[in-house]
Amino acid sequence: MTVHQLSIFIENKSGTLVKVLKLLKGEGIQLIASTIADTAEYGICRIICSEPERAYEILKKAGVAVSLCEVFALSLDDVPGRAADAIEIFAKEGISIAYLYSFLLNGKGVLIFRTDNAEKAAEAIKAARLSVIAEKDLSKLL
Amino acid sequence: MDKQFYNQEEGLSRSEIEALQLERLHSTVEHCMGSAFYRKRFADSNVSVSDFKTLDDLRKIPFTTKQDLRDTYPFGMASVPLDRCVRLHSSSGTTGNPTVILHTARDLDQWANAVARCLWMVGCRPEDVFQNTSGYGMFTGGLGFQYGAERLGMLTVPAAAGNTLRQLKFFTDFGTTVVHAIPSYAARIFEVMQEKGIDPRRDTSLRTLVIGAEPHSEDTRRRIEDMLGVKAYNSFGMSEMCGPGVAFECKEQNGLHIWEDYYIVEIIDPDTLEPVPDGQVGELVLTTINREAMPLLRYRTRDLTRILPGKCPCGREHLRLDRMKGRSDDMIILKGVNIFPIQIETILMQFEELASDYLIILETLEDNDYMTVKVEIKDIPVDDYAKLKALEKEITRQLKDEILITPRVRLVPKDSLPKSEGKAVRVKDLRKQY
Repeated sequence: MTVHQLSIFIENKSGTLVKVLKLLKGEGIQLIASTIADTAEYGICRIICSEPERAYEILKKAGVAVSLCEVFALSLDDVPGRAADAIEIFAKEGISIAYLYSFLLNGKGVLIFRTDNAEKAAEAIKAARLSVIAEKDLSKLL
Repeated sequence: MDKQFYNQEEGLSRSEIEALQLERLHSTVEHCMGSAFYRKRFADSNVSVSDFKTLDDLRKIPFTTKQDLRDTYPFGMASVPLDRCVRLHSSSGTTGNPTVILHTARDLDQWANAVARCLWMVGCRPEDVFQNTSGYGMFTGGLGFQYGAERLGMLTVPAAAGNTLRQLKFFTDFGTTVVHAIPSYAARIFEVMQEKGIDPRRDTSLRTLVIGAEPHSEDTRRRIEDMLGVKAYNSFGMSEMCGPGVAFECKEQNGLHIWEDYYIVEIIDPDTLEPVPDGQVGELVLTTINREAMPLLRYRTRDLTRILPGKCPCGREHLRLDRMKGRSDDMIILKGVNIFPIQIETILMQFEELASDYLIILETLEDNDYMTVKVEIKDIPVDDYAKLKALEKEITRQLKDEILITPRVRLVPKDSLPKSEGKAVRVKDLRKQY
């Protein structure tokens, strides 16, 4: 039901992000999506990439503060209002979105997000028959 | 007529001081035989009470260290039965053994006299109004100045620490003329005065400021004097030596007279432990010769200073210590609070989210001293800003409980802190204090 995401703790300092990305580049791992929120001192860089488990091991070995977490990935038709419809389902169930980011992939909108209640969110997704992207398919789309 | 000296001992000549010191050293050494710790010390070093013929004979006995105080915590160094003691002061902190200093009624009496003498020396008189912005309780700057100021006969305002607006109201309502504050708080007071449109020269009767417990430069003193329109005098003390009242600047503002009827002064090289030549900087070692409950012989203060050569124009012949030059150990003095990095380390190591490296940064921002603790996190503990913030907050809270000061805690990635020759740098002091 979920896909793997790398969450990387990065100091808000020039040169720290590129160090991480170069490590991935060196191993031929491709980014599919990424996001960083800014705070004063540090940020969490979240990355969806090819071979997330291998990427995790590479970063960990290099001493990067990284964790591998599970997030939902929904595939939505690229027409106005689909994101609103999807999020409304969670709102109705009282499920909060911790964070969310989105991108377009092969003509489909992809929503990546984490909620405060993964189990309940999974049930809601099932009940509403939302289209979930499996991890192996995410890489295939590349 | 106004007397020059608060009491007779203050005005003694060198030879009179040394004669009194020898006499008091004798009685102190005898008195120390009441302490299990010193009995053993003397036996271990094959020294007996009768071996003390001159002041130099003091060197026959080993130094007393803070570790000795910790090892004998709480009452192992007492030279009198506990029922003769009326107060104790203890160091802050919960990691490792803290230290305790015991006092008899006579000790408190003598302590008050010493503080009164200091205050008298800088022109305080019974008609003055003395406001103390020190924390009270275990912090000796509170009760120490309280009793001394009362002894002198001033009207005292035990305002204690914090609440600057209330402090200002007391200044104006009670006509405060003398204030005791740490230098950074004096600057804070001025800041709030400016916000409130109070001109210290026009709207208050402030005349004298006693600053201590926090190292500061001559520049800082002059700036504070300019801001508040006062004369600021440097005060030196430490809880092991009672607290405030050990050494104090006279009106010359050039060196702090250390009261040699209370203390025998040595300056040593902290590495070789040998005395340094006169006028050179070394570690201050003090022997209390006017204390009953818990005399300390050759106590290593870890403060670096030197004895100023020559006579002071004020006429007092008690030695003058130069402004403190630093520490010979890793103790941090921040806002009058003594902090050892190990206290911080002990707290940090209790968090399993954190790696073992940390960096304590001390800096001065707009006349206020701050501590930032940068700490490396092991792995990203959670994929959640709120939880990272909560972790920061919890570390901050626990540190505050331990060191009594609220540091700014910054999480940083593993291996991002500077290392020197593989050994982590623990403290970076960017303050302009010495």
